[in-house]
Amino acid sequence: MKGAMTAAAAANMIPDGASLMIGGFMAVGSPERLIDALVARGAKGLTIIANDTAMPGKGIGKLITAGAVVKVIASHIGLNPETQARMIAGELEVELVPQGTLIERIRAGGMGLGGVLTATGLGTEVEIGKRVIEVDGHPFLLETPLNADFALVGAWQADYVGNLAYMLTAHNFNPIIALAGKIVIAEPESIVPVGVIAPDSVKTPGVLVDHLVIRG
Amino acid sequence: MEAKELIARRVAREIRSGMLVNLGIGLPSLVANYVPASLGVFFQAENGVIGLGARPPEGMQDPHLTDAGGGFVSAVPGAASIDSAMSFGLIRGGHLDMTVLGGLQVDEAGQLANWKVPGKMVPGMGGAMDLVTGAARVIVAMQHAAKGESKILPKCTLPLTSQRRVSLIVTDMAVIEPTADGLVLRERAPGVSVEQIIAATGAQLIVRGDVPEMTL
Repeated sequence: MKGAMTAAAAANMIPDGASLMIGGFMAVGSPERLIDALVARGAKGLTIIANDTAMPGKGIGKLITAGAVVKVIASHIGLNPETQARMIAGELEVELVPQGTLIERIRAGGMGLGGVLTATGLGTEVEIGKRVIEVDGHPFLLETPLNADFALVGAWQADYVGNLAYMLTAHNFNPIIALAGKIVIAEPESIVPVGVIAPDSVKTPGVLVDHLVIRG
Repeated sequence: MEAKELIARRVAREIRSGMLVNLGIGLPSLVANYVPASLGVFFQAENGVIGLGARPPEGMQDPHLTDAGGGFVSAVPGAASIDSAMSFGLIRGGHLDMTVLGGLQVDEAGQLANWKVPGKMVPGMGGAMDLVTGAARVIVAMQHAAKGESKILPKCTLPLTSQRRVSLIVTDMAVIEPTADGLVLRERAPGVSVEQIIAATGAQLIVRGDVPEMTL
């Protein structure tokens, strides 16, 4: 862990055209201050890999509304009419991936695996263009790993060395994307002294985290 | 009784003691209202909680605890919070005893379409493809017809959610079990005749002997 910085400084580190994994499920557990800072700096051309695009005015929805995004890889965009409108208008490329496959592709990217084999999507539109591999007589789709330039992680607590803990349903994609971003920026709700988060409660070890976002 | 309540009550009777159950948003979520707490059932929300509880009292909502539709929930004693990889590991790995989902169409092969209406509605599949592919039992809870058109057809015309044959279809008119031979009519809704069900169903139904009325 390199240290703590403001959300604005973190947003300045993220260039236009970067690929970002962003935690959150319908904005629950999303790093809202980082997202606000990206909107404020006028970020453009971003590729977002996330479960969903939330709704207008919340989480990733704010980046969609700001026109900061050119491509989304997500499992669901149904609650954000702006994502759908921009997709239909051809301003935004959307790749829809089954949720369990999406998180495993990210996990594979983060854990150094060459992909995952899953039965999800067999015999559906999801199979188009993909290899089917048989293992012990059972067919599976080969799904390839995903990585990104940055992972923007929303956490509940961080300590001074960057260990992270999450709360309830705000875990979602966060602990997994923390492995798959080249640079990992975590936005905790609070930063606490080392030892406050017990070793057994650490879900993301601080060695994975490059920067923490401070308040203000 | 309202159609939705009838469907939810009948689906609830499929749930057995100690099961892990995932309820989809909308109609399927009503099923929880008719499952006695004494059964010790755990409801999973795929965004990351096992042991979903009722809506919290007004003003007691926690932004870190929502269901897969983004609505505020509580958690029951014994609940566990999990990340998305664990959540979909439970679903895909055969650890989920039952999923209840809505449907747009089901066909004679028992295949379900419920995630996309090309050109009209492309919300994304979210977790539906993993749920239908991976859960031990898949129950489709839906109205028998939409806008006067049967939702049970010889062959789905909408994109499939999975090639897997679902376990049971529960509608406001009937309980139908997809089998290797085709769709077997198991039960009638109160006051509905076999002839009325056949007339309202676009697919061929197999009727064997007397078809009992649903117990609710």
